[in-house]
Amino acid sequence: MTDAASLSPSVHTTDEAAVRLKKRRSAETRLKAYGMIAIGLAALALVALLWNIVARTMNAATEHYIAIEAQIEEGEDDFLKVVKKSARAGFPYVSGRSGKRELYGLFSDGAADDMRRARDAGTLETGDAVPMRFLMSDTADLYMRGEFGSLENQESAGTLAIEEGGKAFTLRTDTGAFTDALGRAKAGLAVEADSLRRQAARQSAGITAQEARIDSVTGLEREDMLVQIEGFKAARDRLDGQASALDALVTGDGDTLLELSDRMASFFVEANGGILKLTEVSADIARAVPLVPMNDTDAAANGAWSLRILDRPEIGRPVKDRQVAILETLQRDGRIEEVANWKFFSLSDSTQPEIAGIKGALIGSMWTMLVTFCLAFPIGVMAAIYLEEFAPRNRFTDFIEVNINNLAAVPSIVFGLLGLAVFLNFFGTPRSSPLAGGLVLALMTLPTVIIAARAAIRAVPPSIRWAAMGIGASKTQTVFHHVLPLAMPGILTGTIIGMAQALGETAPLLMIGMVAFITAVPEGITDSATVLPVQVFNWANASERAFDMRTAAAIAVLLAFLVVMNAIAIILRKRFERRW
Amino acid sequence: MKSRNILAIAALTALAATTASARDEIRIVGSSTVFPFSTAVAEQFGKKTDFETPVVESTGSGGGLKLFCAGVGAEHPDIANASRRIKLKEFNLCQDNGVTDIIEVKIGFDGIVIGNAVDAPAFDLTREDVYKALAKEVSQYGRTGPNKFKTWDEVNPSLPAQPIEVLGPPPTSGTRDAFEELAIQEGAKEAGLDKKAIKKVVVRDDGAYIESGENDNLIVSKLEADPAKLGVFGFSFLDQNADRIKGSKVDGVEPTFDNIASGDYPVSRSLWFYVKKAHIGVIPGIEEYMAEFVDDDAIGEDGYAVEKGLIPLEDDERETFIAAIEEQASMTGDEDLH
Repeated sequence: MTDAASLSPSVHTTDEAAVRLKKRRSAETRLKAYGMIAIGLAALALVALLWNIVARTMNAATEHYIAIEAQIEEGEDDFLKVVKKSARAGFPYVSGRSGKRELYGLFSDGAADDMRRARDAGTLETGDAVPMRFLMSDTADLYMRGEFGSLENQESAGTLAIEEGGKAFTLRTDTGAFTDALGRAKAGLAVEADSLRRQAARQSAGITAQEARIDSVTGLEREDMLVQIEGFKAARDRLDGQASALDALVTGDGDTLLELSDRMASFFVEANGGILKLTEVSADIARAVPLVPMNDTDAAANGAWSLRILDRPEIGRPVKDRQVAILETLQRDGRIEEVANWKFFSLSDSTQPEIAGIKGALIGSMWTMLVTFCLAFPIGVMAAIYLEEFAPRNRFTDFIEVNINNLAAVPSIVFGLLGLAVFLNFFGTPRSSPLAGGLVLALMTLPTVIIAARAAIRAVPPSIRWAAMGIGASKTQTVFHHVLPLAMPGILTGTIIGMAQALGETAPLLMIGMVAFITAVPEGITDSATVLPVQVFNWANASERAFDMRTAAAIAVLLAFLVVMNAIAIILRKRFERRW
Repeated sequence: MKSRNILAIAALTALAATTASARDEIRIVGSSTVFPFSTAVAEQFGKKTDFETPVVESTGSGGGLKLFCAGVGAEHPDIANASRRIKLKEFNLCQDNGVTDIIEVKIGFDGIVIGNAVDAPAFDLTREDVYKALAKEVSQYGRTGPNKFKTWDEVNPSLPAQPIEVLGPPPTSGTRDAFEELAIQEGAKEAGLDKKAIKKVVVRDDGAYIESGENDNLIVSKLEADPAKLGVFGFSFLDQNADRIKGSKVDGVEPTFDNIASGDYPVSRSLWFYVKKAHIGVIPGIEEYMAEFVDDDAIGEDGYAVEKGLIPLEDDERETFIAAIEEQASMTGDEDLH
């Protein structure tokens, strides 16, 4: 001892010791830094995920309505017809088959559903001019959110003279007000010409490449190659011709009228209360067709008209120019209302995004989770109690224990297959029902519950058991009066982990038919139903773009469901918790 | 007390399990391609009539027909959607399991598009190019070997010099089956392979064809992010995302609504549904559902299913199927099934 005591100062005060100490300390600092980086990255990922979901969910939080007057006759039954009739009456200037189709395309079938519901509730007014809100269609709604770009506003420069000529109008300025529009249209053409020329260049490259090879091949291959080269030459000449034709348009001077197509940006002139769409444009003169009629054809003074540009070509967006013009007019007149989308919680699945809701899936998830909990929790806890408190230690119980641990690692789809074979085919449980889903998910959750419950029961100090037995309690009384209540917090935590996992599963449900389109809200555990993650999956698969934000909203609801479930578990745990 | 309640609920659930009730809603299974059209019809049917809205499951054509042919009775589906005609094997399975009377209805077409990002170079492919770029083994002029093409300009010198990277659906998808059959195997035919060899042509698995899941939306967003890749997806996704992606020409024909409807665009397939005649009159509403599906409102020129991207039948062909539905004419087995 004395030796060691006398040695130690010299060992710990040498230079080597100082170096060692420094090394150890810096290793510790590094470890701490790694930990902080790891946590930082995880937090960042979480924030990014939540931000992404919340930002997209915000879009689904509101919906747009068009306020016009409805024409509803007493005893009317076909409300889709009412919507169309009211639309025609509200926009009498829209004519022609395609024009009317585009007009109807602004309104959702949901508007008819609203009327039907109002009629059923006895609150539907009838008459020739009932002021009413009509739900907007999904694409129009997306336009209002700027999904297809927004209208650029160019202030007027100079007076605009308007001449009527047949169906079209000729617009004249003397200040070159359309120069910018003309420039943009030409830039679009130049890009198209470039692309054509690049394609032509590729054909030329093909010709060169094949001509270099042609002497090395014989027979059929040579003949094919000659045909191919001819094909390349024809394609090159055709593409070059198209490109030159476009070039001629681009280099044309500012006074020639350039014809606009649906592959270029759309140009609108707003004047005298109407909206015109340009069909031909030069620096000073443009030809245009009316989309929303003007009040008169008087010349519009400087500042009284404007040129508005939508950069995205008409061909590349589902909202057409006429629809844009009508929506802009409605917006100007304050007839578009944006209101909170409570419908999302009161409607079930639909193929139309604007009237698709989460209710069916939410209730379906609740029923499924109820069945899962009612089976997995008691069975899991009983099994844990038996294995921990009563079962003898022998090979057989060891075997069971190994199997339970293995079951926890089995892929969930396997439980789906099991469910299909056992519950559906053998027991005849109804397909797509929360009962079948709950049974399968309970099987999946059981191992997690058993393992957690066993750990919790084992953690109860043996002194509690001895004390209970010491005052004469039977084994059963000891377990149920003393051990189980004390183990409950841990058991609940394990159960919630298992349930949370089950809540997010779709794979096992695929097999038993819960991945389906179901509009009815389930009223019991044997009705057909779907669940939240399936709803997310189905909407993510749909081609309509408006389902994008609803997918995010459904994920938000799923997360909220999870938080509520966890909160319940935490409250219960706090109530049961004992410290010793 | 508490645990006793839980036990009681558990017992009740067990009891409910034994009482499988007869259904009052139609059950439809099958193709994920027909799914959006079938659900749209189901929804309208539910709104227009007093019947329950049918339950539609997306199981894939093969999986759906297997369920459909499993037997007659409330536990089996009433209708199967398919993105191809029923196979002889499946028809025989149906017969063996007592599903003897089947009504066959063709509803329209679907185009399979090979596309890329809107700013990426335009592709003008032939089916032979597709075969050479994507088949596992390529035969040419009697020489057969594993596919060594790495870039598009090696396949055809007039194509852009970028690596062959095609995002597409996995083998479980009907779209993949149809793509293999209509684009790659047809291309093999053009390249001069004989019938037996054509059947053996499969998609290459060395990374040039990238399996990207059944979700076409995912393929669309990946294409938008990476202009160097091509993708394979259904026409309705091109229709909805025309501002982000564009379709390549195949054999000189652009994938547009009109070209697919007229049959000019070569990579298109027909869509069908099959009805179990034994269930008509037992499960309420089947006749009305069939009528709704072939109605003008659904698959007419301006029909709601057509707005979802279905390419409709010509009017006279539709008339024949409307007549078949009214007569409830079942398949005879003499159809030209494969």
